[in-house]
Amino acid sequence: MARMKFVSDAERCIECNGCVTACKNEHEVPWGVNRRRVVTLNDGVPGEKSISVACMHCSDAPCMAVCPVNCFYRTDEGVVLHDKDVCIGCGYCSYACPFGAPQFPSQGTFGVRGKMDKCTFCAGGPEANGSQAEFEKYGRNRLAEGKLPACAEQCSTKALLAGDGDVVADIFRNRVVQRGKGAEVWGWGTAYASKQAGQPPVAGAKS
Amino acid sequence: MMRLACILALAATLTACGDKAQTLSGTKHDGAAFEGTTNPYNAPGWKAGDKTSWEQQLKTRTQYGQNEYTRAN
Repeated sequence: MARMKFVSDAERCIECNGCVTACKNEHEVPWGVNRRRVVTLNDGVPGEKSISVACMHCSDAPCMAVCPVNCFYRTDEGVVLHDKDVCIGCGYCSYACPFGAPQFPSQGTFGVRGKMDKCTFCAGGPEANGSQAEFEKYGRNRLAEGKLPACAEQCSTKALLAGDGDVVADIFRNRVVQRGKGAEVWGWGTAYASKQAGQPPVAGAKS
Repeated sequence: MMRLACILALAATLTACGDKAQTLSGTKHDGAAFEGTTNPYNAPGWKAGDKTSWEQQLKTRTQYGQNEYTRAN
């Protein structure tokens, strides 16, 4: 199996925030923490584009590189996860992440920064798969239940794709061929270490 | 006698000063996703512990749930 990946299709996203709601509900994410959010460019201007952003589970993750306590790890499926028992809440990962994925709860006394929380690709954490301890710290482990991330599975326009990188890339490629435009994918270059992706479209091409 | 009492008193008072051993454990080992869970919410159609069937389950689910071209056309 290839690496698990997200692809957000800006041509299809209607900014409904269903993915954000599904994520918060599935994992009972606390108030103030958004593992996923919808970003809109040129909001209100004709031709505005929206995409759903969360941890992109980078192939060469900057968060892993800067963590001083080495709390991150990568599963065999390429999902970047972290151990909250090791995290010290320093926030370095937040500065390193190009997608703003790391979140910090702030309900503590004097607004103290708690342990980092981020999208797990619905793969939980280092606790036993599907256990209560895992759910309380990281949320549901849908991957171990044979399911895909809730955000993508409930996306009404299928703008957000999640799954085996080869499969979702194939679905997206077919879409682009069928509609003849919209091949640009935000964050592709960073998340997938692709040199071609993220470059401006060639002159004369549809976009 | 006095000496023994002192030793006992010292032992009794200093036991609270013992610090727990601190070892650098690092990140815990995470079980593989294909091993499944013990909760009743597992999706049907694959066998927990069988990596091949789990991978096939996810691929089938991706195609069925996210690729409308294979369904509508």
